[in-house]
Amino acid sequence: MSWIDIGALDDIPVRGARVVKAEVGCIALFRTDEAEVYATTNTCAHKGGPLSEGIVHGRRVTCPLHNWVWSLETGEAQGADEGRIATYPVRIEAGRILIDGDAVGKRSAA
Amino acid sequence: MERLVVIGAGMASGRLLEHLVEADPNAYAVTLFNAEPRGNYNRIMLSPVLSGEKSYAEIVTHDDAWYARHGVTCRFGERVESIDRDRNVVVGAKGEVPYDRLVLATGSDAFIVPCPGHDLDGVIAYRDLDDTNRMIDTAPGSRAVVIGGGLLGLEAAAGLRMRGLEVTVLHLAGHLMERQLDPAAGYLLRADLERRGITVMTQAATKCIRGDGAVEAVELEDGTILPADLVVMAVGIRPSVALAKQSGLAVNKAIEVDAQMRTSDPSIFAVGECIEFAGQLFGLVAPLYDQAKVLAATLLGQDAAFTPKQLSTKLKVTGCDLFSAGDFADGPGREDIVYRDPARGIYKRLVVEDDTLVGAVMYGDTADGNWFFGLIKDGTDIAEMRETLIFGPAYQGGATADPLAAVAALPADAEICGCNGVCKGQIVTAIEGGATDLGAVRATTKASASCGTCTGLVEQVLAATLGDAFQMPTAQPVCGCTDLSHEDVRRLIKARELKSQPAVWQELGWSTPNGCHVCRPAVNFYLLADWPLDYQDDPQSRFVNERKHANIQKDGTFSVVPRMWGGITTAAELRAIADAADKYDVPTVKVTGGQRIDLLGVKGEDLPAMWADLNAAGLVSGHAYSKGLRTVKTCVGTDHCRFGTQDSTGLGIRLEKRLWGSWTPHKVKLAVSGCPRNCAEATCKDVGIVCVDSGYEIGVGGAAGMDVKEVQPLVKVATEDAAVEWTVAFVQLYREHAKYLDRPYKWLAKVGLDWVQQTLGDAAERTALVERFDLSQTIYQTDPWAELAMREKARAFAPIADLTLEAAE
Repeated sequence: MSWIDIGALDDIPVRGARVVKAEVGCIALFRTDEAEVYATTNTCAHKGGPLSEGIVHGRRVTCPLHNWVWSLETGEAQGADEGRIATYPVRIEAGRILIDGDAVGKRSAA
Repeated sequence: MERLVVIGAGMASGRLLEHLVEADPNAYAVTLFNAEPRGNYNRIMLSPVLSGEKSYAEIVTHDDAWYARHGVTCRFGERVESIDRDRNVVVGAKGEVPYDRLVLATGSDAFIVPCPGHDLDGVIAYRDLDDTNRMIDTAPGSRAVVIGGGLLGLEAAAGLRMRGLEVTVLHLAGHLMERQLDPAAGYLLRADLERRGITVMTQAATKCIRGDGAVEAVELEDGTILPADLVVMAVGIRPSVALAKQSGLAVNKAIEVDAQMRTSDPSIFAVGECIEFAGQLFGLVAPLYDQAKVLAATLLGQDAAFTPKQLSTKLKVTGCDLFSAGDFADGPGREDIVYRDPARGIYKRLVVEDDTLVGAVMYGDTADGNWFFGLIKDGTDIAEMRETLIFGPAYQGGATADPLAAVAALPADAEICGCNGVCKGQIVTAIEGGATDLGAVRATTKASASCGTCTGLVEQVLAATLGDAFQMPTAQPVCGCTDLSHEDVRRLIKARELKSQPAVWQELGWSTPNGCHVCRPAVNFYLLADWPLDYQDDPQSRFVNERKHANIQKDGTFSVVPRMWGGITTAAELRAIADAADKYDVPTVKVTGGQRIDLLGVKGEDLPAMWADLNAAGLVSGHAYSKGLRTVKTCVGTDHCRFGTQDSTGLGIRLEKRLWGSWTPHKVKLAVSGCPRNCAEATCKDVGIVCVDSGYEIGVGGAAGMDVKEVQPLVKVATEDAAVEWTVAFVQLYREHAKYLDRPYKWLAKVGLDWVQQTLGDAAERTALVERFDLSQTIYQTDPWAELAMREKARAFAPIADLTLEAAE
């Protein structure tokens, strides 16, 4: 893995989200708790809604377009809906958010 | 005998010396430096010393006799100036000491916020006995401000309060001890501290400390000024590494050591809060003791390796039961088990991963803390006991938490029926007197006999009083997070003065850590409607449209609708809208049914700039996206129309200027027609006013959406002032009582027009409603566009990072 620093943890409000543009497309970063962040695709698998605009609750997000609920941990659709969204490895170090560059298609500097 | 020099006589090096003298008293000739003019004492017991529950003598670990008995040469009160690694010599202020082996146990320093005034007399940290004595010597009745609501800060605050000081705690984060606690437990802790007379201010950023030579006040970023005689900085600690750095040892965040506690110099070791091992720092005592044991073995030539273990935290404030262990905030694949007992102020949260317990937070009842901690440390498989895990080791049988607990916990004088002023005690008396169903209680006490929103609560009082003898009708709960209905939640928020979301989740027994997309927007609205001054609106609990202040479209773009007061605009405004449409490539410009212009297809990241442009032309948000006032549609009235009876345009503009910006349970649309020909279509609006020669006919509860409804006549008034007063009072009554997402017509169907007419017919009540509405408007009647267009906030609309650009470099 190659961890890339993409910003400060405090740039995302608790239970809020921000977008990262990447080679694989737009990625949504969700801050589910004071020191807890998840990354998934920003695109809802149902009708393409921007997941970063949804309401974040527990470790889930509700798509703003049609209220599909996704697990941020597994990427699985919750409830009666079926489907899966891509998730990406992300971690927090010293108040900074790091994402796995390999997984999001960032070519290494070499 | 080899010479061992130890720098720092704290708890870690103290434990090291104990191990050494126990294992081989003749291995080393020890010299011990300490900057403090005293030896090793139990630093974590300073809080009981501060509060007066213990004396300093009681917390001394090693006294002079101990050092003498074990032949330790003490150099207390002497700073170490430098280490000469070439000559293997420590240079103290009073002379050099040669060493064969050297141990750095310099501990940590308090982090002092470098704000203006931090060096004034009366600004102290909370690290050692001197700090503690300074606090003890401050006269009772003085005002103390503690900066930092973590473990140390709260212990300082509680101790100072017990010494009789007026104490305010300032904390930067949204809730206390945010590293160890989640918001619900933080809320309980805060409530406990406030009960002791400590003032707690969260999201409080210190701007500067004021004073001439000595502290006089603390000034916050928001302008608040808190008079203070003493300021305690407890915002955190930093490993004390200056000496190690100056000596050229490898230092990252702290002194880097290997698993044997060896630094980059093979004859120098380090232990305690000043070290960094595998990227980790250590602040609690348990790992320090582990390190001391490992280092003793290393120094005696034995094999040992340090491995960090799980930690638990307890707050040492008498009467605040709080326990936090393991890692409850981080990592994928984890599930929560939450238990709340609002009546007893108990909150427990367990975090489970792969059938093992990885974290636990407890408040109120921490009796099982060590048992849970054991499960965490041992990595016990809890699959078998998962169902009953949270009830602890003593759990037998299968009783579940009582869903009526919230109501059962209400005191007898808690108001259940606000309309008729009926308390719980009166209802219970009536039930005990033979009123055993809802109808009988209504007839006897009048409880729930007016607006009816407390019906659910009355039924729960019946159930709690009669037990199985009462059959509860099934009320529709808000969502899966609670068994309570919207009406119950609203009533309980008022009755129990719940003023934050964590308070609602905790006191009303929410089953999820922080709600869901169904309940969060509703609870957020109820709180801001009921406590406009105390509660702060939470953007994260709003649907995207209300958070972005624009309507999301199916392709993820947004629509922008500026306000046009009463449907009146000017050539200059139209020009500004046209310019914005050009500048931001707006694909569709549409005239709406609410007499204004909709710009559709705007990219999310363009919104702040577009708003700034529109603001510059005097245009503000039209709130076309909100559960709030949308439009006031008007006809031209007496200005131009030959049939007009009153100034309908003027009244419409007046109403819109009064009502805009207010949040309501659902959207609210108004219209004012200048004559009964009703060109503004006022008779299908939430509030519709039709002007006639003799005055104003106000109708309410109209609709022209999924349901089509004609308004019901509320009242006819003679003057424009009266029309405005009645309209505002009606909107406020709706704000205070309706269920979230009920339009006025749905709410009216539940409470009845009669009750609304009766309530608003009371002039005093009408005035009070208007006053409460205006009070709320002092907070909420601001243009969100102007606020969000500011550079600080606008950043949130753009991506946090763009990795595609970096890749192209």
